[in-house]
Amino acid sequence: MFFTYLRRELRRRMRQAVFIALGLALGIGLVITVTAAASGVKNAQGTVLHALYGVGTDVTVTKTPTAGSGTPSSFGFGFRTGTTKRPAAGTKINTSTLAAGGTLASISSSSVTTVADLHEVSAAAGGLTLNDRTLSGTIPAINTSGGSGSSGFGGGGGGSGGGGSFRADFTTNTFGVDGVDIGSGELGPLSSGTISSGRTFTTADASSDVALVDSSYATQSKLIVGSTIAIGNSKGTTTNFKVVGIVSEPAGDNPSDVYIPIGVAQSLANMKNDVNTVYVAASSSSAITTVTSEIKQALPSDTVTNSSDLASEVTGSLSSASSLANNLGKWLAIAVLIAAFGLAILLTMAAVSRRVREFGTLKALGWKSRRIIGQVMGEAVAMGIIGGVIGIGLGFAGAELVSKLSHKLTAVVGQTTGTATPGGARQFGAGGTGTGGFGGAGGTGGTGGTGGTGGGGGFGGFRNATPASHTVAVHLSAAVSGNIILLAVVLAIAGGLIAGIFGGWRAARLRPAAALSKVA
Amino acid sequence: MYKLSGVTKNYQKGRGTIAALRGVDLVVEDGEWLSIQGPTGHGKSTLLQILGGLDRPSAGVVDFDGRDLAQLREAEVTRVRAESIGFVFQTFNLIPTLSAQENVEAALVPLHVSASARRQRAAVALEAVSLGDRLRHLPGELSGGQQQRVAIARALVKEPKVLLADEPTGNLDEETRDEIISLLETMWRERGLTMVFVTHDSTVARRAQRIGVMKNGRLTIKKTASSRAARPQAARTASAAQVTAPQSADLDPSDPSPVGFDADADSAIAAE
Repeated sequence: MFFTYLRRELRRRMRQAVFIALGLALGIGLVITVTAAASGVKNAQGTVLHALYGVGTDVTVTKTPTAGSGTPSSFGFGFRTGTTKRPAAGTKINTSTLAAGGTLASISSSSVTTVADLHEVSAAAGGLTLNDRTLSGTIPAINTSGGSGSSGFGGGGGGSGGGGSFRADFTTNTFGVDGVDIGSGELGPLSSGTISSGRTFTTADASSDVALVDSSYATQSKLIVGSTIAIGNSKGTTTNFKVVGIVSEPAGDNPSDVYIPIGVAQSLANMKNDVNTVYVAASSSSAITTVTSEIKQALPSDTVTNSSDLASEVTGSLSSASSLANNLGKWLAIAVLIAAFGLAILLTMAAVSRRVREFGTLKALGWKSRRIIGQVMGEAVAMGIIGGVIGIGLGFAGAELVSKLSHKLTAVVGQTTGTATPGGARQFGAGGTGTGGFGGAGGTGGTGGTGGTGGGGGFGGFRNATPASHTVAVHLSAAVSGNIILLAVVLAIAGGLIAGIFGGWRAARLRPAAALSKVA
Repeated sequence: MYKLSGVTKNYQKGRGTIAALRGVDLVVEDGEWLSIQGPTGHGKSTLLQILGGLDRPSAGVVDFDGRDLAQLREAEVTRVRAESIGFVFQTFNLIPTLSAQENVEAALVPLHVSASARRQRAAVALEAVSLGDRLRHLPGELSGGQQQRVAIARALVKEPKVLLADEPTGNLDEETRDEIISLLETMWRERGLTMVFVTHDSTVARRAQRIGVMKNGRLTIKKTASSRAARPQAARTASAAQVTAPQSADLDPSDPSPVGFDADADSAIAAE
């Protein structure tokens, strides 16, 4: 009887039922679309952030160099004409230096322990982001004739000195080297990568000259598992490392080129007991904020960055899509849903008002109020479910439309403070190898044949030399997940129930005598 | 069946109070047929609703088979209605979306009768009112007389002790009215029902054993002038399920008050 009555009643009120169901469908469809889009945006953000940050890392600790401290991203070798002997023409130079970049200052290794001991911190690992810079070439002959006293190297394109000039053909090569805490393999720069060949580090490698090479760099430098790669040290000499594995980082990542055990990296760079990044995993996602403030208290002079800080640095169309989905889309969906619920409630209550005599009759027949309320609620929930089913269809179509119509989104990271993040540190700068030239800061002054003082040249164009923004392109995929479907079903039933409760409440308040007096 | 004493019913209307019933005393015996007449707005329907447990009196006792309907909890009154009281309304009050059979079944729903038994009993009840060929018709597909027959079948399918009818022929033409009254009379004779009708129609009222007149909330009982409503004592205890041919009346039709009621034609039994 319940279902027969329900079905017949819905059929009788077909137009109204369709109206209520479509209203709910529109609201639910919009919620699904917006939620799917927001989830797509979140996934895209996650892709960008994870790539920059490493899976499992919740917080990073870095230190920004203070003005005038540290070494700038340049190096050179100065020599003077006249009184100081300069390398003879034809001398071959091949120097390889491993040092920290200019964007991250050193942090004591003891900070890693300090952070690891904090409440709500599940793990902490140190990382050392370094650059290997190799300069090779032959000292050219310098023409010092003509009475001018100074000379200097011209830049690659032919700088000019006061009197003498030369053209040099030096080759510079720079690649990133990350010292990895092998004991905390799940945390740190390698955590987001996968080994495409060879193997990853083991604890036995802690003090070995073994390296993992990023797949792109491996291709570029023709490195395979078993190859040897020379890495410099603080003195300019090199050590050969055996490549034991090739690691692929996910799309959008900005990997370092070579990974070596952190202890070895510290020795080579003469940075024993130093790291420049601390990767921290919080005990739970809800503890990230607490962990962040705890670290800020423990290490007040360091820069503590968590994923939300990093997310706030993401700009570009991805950021715009995110704010569109989270602000306009969310509120629009909520507004439509409230309107749909309101419509369902009003129409259900109006229908109950029109059926006063019917319910009065049923009460006279001995139907309990509960049963009548159940009947009204059943009808409303049925309309909600129909609306939910249509809404899920609309939601799928909407999400599909968003995926199809959305252009590739771009995320611009680190435009402002990206240098504080490890990802930024690895990423920024022109990078790569190239032919550098000595800067044309040639000496001035000096007289006669002795010449003046020549200034040291400087390389330009190294990685990390210029902080710049980094753009990652990601595709927005608004996928409708099981959770979203569940949300839709819950909303549909909730919409029906709310409408039914109001309608049922009105029906329950009817006194049979009052209902029947309308016909007596 | 019923013993009402000192029943009053007041309604609040604005700041004033309207007294719909003013101390009604009434005894309705088992198997009796009572008609209540009176002008509109003088308390007829209110009295019927109180008899049916659809409303509660402001004061007084409404004894129904030994239980005071005025004091029972709502759930208990609902149960009494479901089990023992059948209603017939002027406008039939059928559920428009349900077929004739389903409308009749609706009366069995609160009694937790199985679906198949409901269907079968509804079909039998509709057969009894000569609508065996209209089981699947919706109310809108039936004439007024047929709809009232469905309503009667719905009232009687649960085999109630009492049938309360509020203007059962008010919406029918004369011919159909007579047809419906004859049907009800037959049911009354056959099933030992107690019937209380509220009606404007004197022709209908006169078919009852006694007539009550409601005026200004007070009830006056009169003997019917030409009561044809006597029926055999045996029929009063006959099973309501036995839908058989009418039994001949063997009570003295000149006795308008077979239930021992002091039916002084002019004495108002309603207290002031």
